Amino acid sequence: MFDLDLWREIFQSINKNRTRSLLSGFTVTFAILLFTILFGIANGLKNTFKEAFGTDANNSIVIFAGRTSQAHKGLQAGRKIQFKNEDRDFLIDKYGDKIQYFTSKVNKNVSASFRGEKNSYEVRGVYPEYMFIENNVIKDGRYINQNDIDKKTKVVVIGRVVENELFYKVNPIGKYINLSGISYKIVGVFTDDEGDNEEKIIYMPISTTQSIYGNNDYVDLMHLTYNPEMNSDQALAFGNSMKKSLKEKFDVARSDQRAIRMFNMAQGTKQVDVMTFSLTIIILVIGFGTLIAGIVGISNIMIFIVKERTKEIGIRKALGASPRSIVSIILIESIIITAIAGYIGLLVGVGVLEYIGPSLEVYFIKDPGVNNSLVIGATLTLIIAGGLAGYLPAKKASKIKPIVALRND
Amino acid sequence: MLKIHQLHKSYAIGDSSLHVLKGIDLEVESGEMVAIMGSSGSGKSTLLNIIGMLDEADSGEYILDELPIKNLTEKKAAVYRNKFLGFIFQSFNLINYKNALENVALPLYYQGMKRKERQKKALFHLEKVGLANWAEHLPKELSGGQKQRVAIARALAANPKLLLADEPTGALDTKTSYDIMNFIQSLNDEGKTILMVTHEEDIANMCKRIVRLRDGVIMEDKKVNQVRAEQYV
Repeated sequence: MFDLDLWREIFQSINKNRTRSLLSGFTVTFAILLFTILFGIANGLKNTFKEAFGTDANNSIVIFAGRTSQAHKGLQAGRKIQFKNEDRDFLIDKYGDKIQYFTSKVNKNVSASFRGEKNSYEVRGVYPEYMFIENNVIKDGRYINQNDIDKKTKVVVIGRVVENELFYKVNPIGKYINLSGISYKIVGVFTDDEGDNEEKIIYMPISTTQSIYGNNDYVDLMHLTYNPEMNSDQALAFGNSMKKSLKEKFDVARSDQRAIRMFNMAQGTKQVDVMTFSLTIIILVIGFGTLIAGIVGISNIMIFIVKERTKEIGIRKALGASPRSIVSIILIESIIITAIAGYIGLLVGVGVLEYIGPSLEVYFIKDPGVNNSLVIGATLTLIIAGGLAGYLPAKKASKIKPIVALRND
Repeated sequence: MLKIHQLHKSYAIGDSSLHVLKGIDLEVESGEMVAIMGSSGSGKSTLLNIIGMLDEADSGEYILDELPIKNLTEKKAAVYRNKFLGFIFQSFNLINYKNALENVALPLYYQGMKRKERQKKALFHLEKVGLANWAEHLPKELSGGQKQRVAIARALAANPKLLLADEPTGALDTKTSYDIMNFIQSLNDEGKTILMVTHEEDIANMCKRIVRLRDGVIMEDKKVNQVRAEQYV
C-alpha cells in the first residue's frame, strides 16, 4: 500500500534534519566507497596475475625426448629417444578421456621469400588441434585441416607479423610463398594476443613437414591439453602417468630424468590456484572488515537517532500515533538514507576506479573493477543492518510511555 | 464525563516503591473547568497523565465518557488519545522541524484525514488562536505565548472531548499567562471541558473548581468564583 502522507512525513523529516541525515548517510557512503575501491584493487591484482599466464591454454602439457642418462634393460646410457607419429596414437588410445587436444609437432627454421621480400621464420608442422592449444585466432582464410594432413598438401598458415613483413598491400591468401626453395600456398593468416614472437610463425600440416624435411615420421615434441575438468592435482598425476607409460614404451629406467621430459602447466596452475585462493581470502577479509565497520557505524547512528527523537516520538504518541507508525517512520527513513547513500558510495567508488584505474597498471593492478551485484549485495547488507539496528531501538522507543518520552530533554 | 474511583499508582524506586496516588475519587461534568493544585510530589501530574492515558494506573476505576479505560493496548490507547483528548504542555512540545500549520495538522494526520482537509482544518484552528499569519513559521521563530497558542490549536484540532493542560502557563510571563488563560476561558465558555494542573493560585482561581492534592490524596475539592482573565489583558 502506498501511503503518500507517510512518505511526505519521512521526506520532511530527512530534509529538515539534514545534518543527521548527512551524517548517517556519510557512514554508509564511506563504507561502500571503501568496499568498492578495496575490492576493485584486489580484483586488479588478480587480473594482473591471471594475465601473466597468458592466453595459451593453461592446461597444456608438453613432452620432449632427450637422451637416456642411465643404462637399462641391457641398453646403454646416452641412447637418443625419438618420438614418432605412433606415440600420439599410443597416448590417445591409452588416455583418450583425459585428453582435450593433442598435437605432435615438428619445428624447422626456413628462409621465406615472396616477390623479393625475404626473412627467416620458424615453421611448425602441426595437427589442426594446435590452433586450440595455442588459442590462435584466424584473421583471414582458414587453419590447417584434416584433409591437409591426409593428403600432405603444401599449404601454410602464416602469422600476422609474417604477413606484415612479406606482403606489402597484398592479400596473402591464395598466394604462394617460397620456403627454402619450395612453394606453399597460403590458406590463412592468424593472430595471437601473446605478442609479435608468437605471430612470427608459419604453420604447416605435420605430414607435409615430415615428408619434405627428412621423409620420416619423426616428431620433435608432443603438445596436448588435458581435460579442463581435472583439477591441478589430478592433472599432475595424469602427467606423471603418461611419463611412466612412455618410459616403459622406450625402455627407459624409471629414475631417468633426462630421456623423457615433460612441462606440465598444472604445476604452475597449482601455484596460481594457491595464490588466487589466498588473494580471494584477503579480499573477503577486507570486504567483511569494511562491511562490519559500516554496520557498526550505521547501528551507532541509528541508536543515536532514536535517542534524539525520543521526545518527538512522545509528542507523536500523545497526539495519537500508533506504535507501528512510529516504528515504520523511523525504519523507512533509515532505509531510504542507507539506500541512497550506498548508491552514491557505489557510484563514487566505481568512478574513482575508472579514473585512477589506468594509472595503477604500474603497480601490478590491472583493470580494477567490481562486480555490481557484489556491491549491491553489500549495500543491501548495510540496509538490512541499518534496518535491524534501527528497528530494535525504534521498537523500544515506540513502547516507551509517552510521558517518559515527553520528559526526555 | 469523567469518573475516577479509588485510583492507585506507585512507582518503583530501586527496591522500594513510592506510593504516589493513594485512592483518588474524582468526577468531572461536561463543561467544567477544573484546576488540580498541589505542591511538587503531591501526585497532580501523575493524575493528569493517567487521565490523559499517557500513564497507567495500578488499580482503580477510570471511566471517560462512559468508556472504561483499562488494560488498553498501545494501539487502542493511541486511538483514544487522538479521539478524546487534547494536550497542552508546559514546554509546548511542538515538533521543531514542522511549521505551525503542520504541527496543528499532526493529530488530524493520525486520524487518517486527507491532506487538503487537514490543512484547511488546521488553518481554521490557527485562525482561532489568532496565528493564521504565522502558519508557515517554525516554532523557533515564535514567541513563548505564540508557541503555546499553536499547541492549543493543535490540542483543539482533533475536536477532543476533554482538554488536558499540564502547567500551561508555567513557562510564560504573567502577561502572556493571562493572555493564554483568557483564551482557555473562552474555550470553556464555548463548552469545552478543561482539566489543568497548576501550582499558581492566580491561575487556579481563573478556573471554576479547584481540587487540592497532598501526598496522593484529595485534601480539598471546591467550586470557586471564576476570575476572568480578560480584565488583566
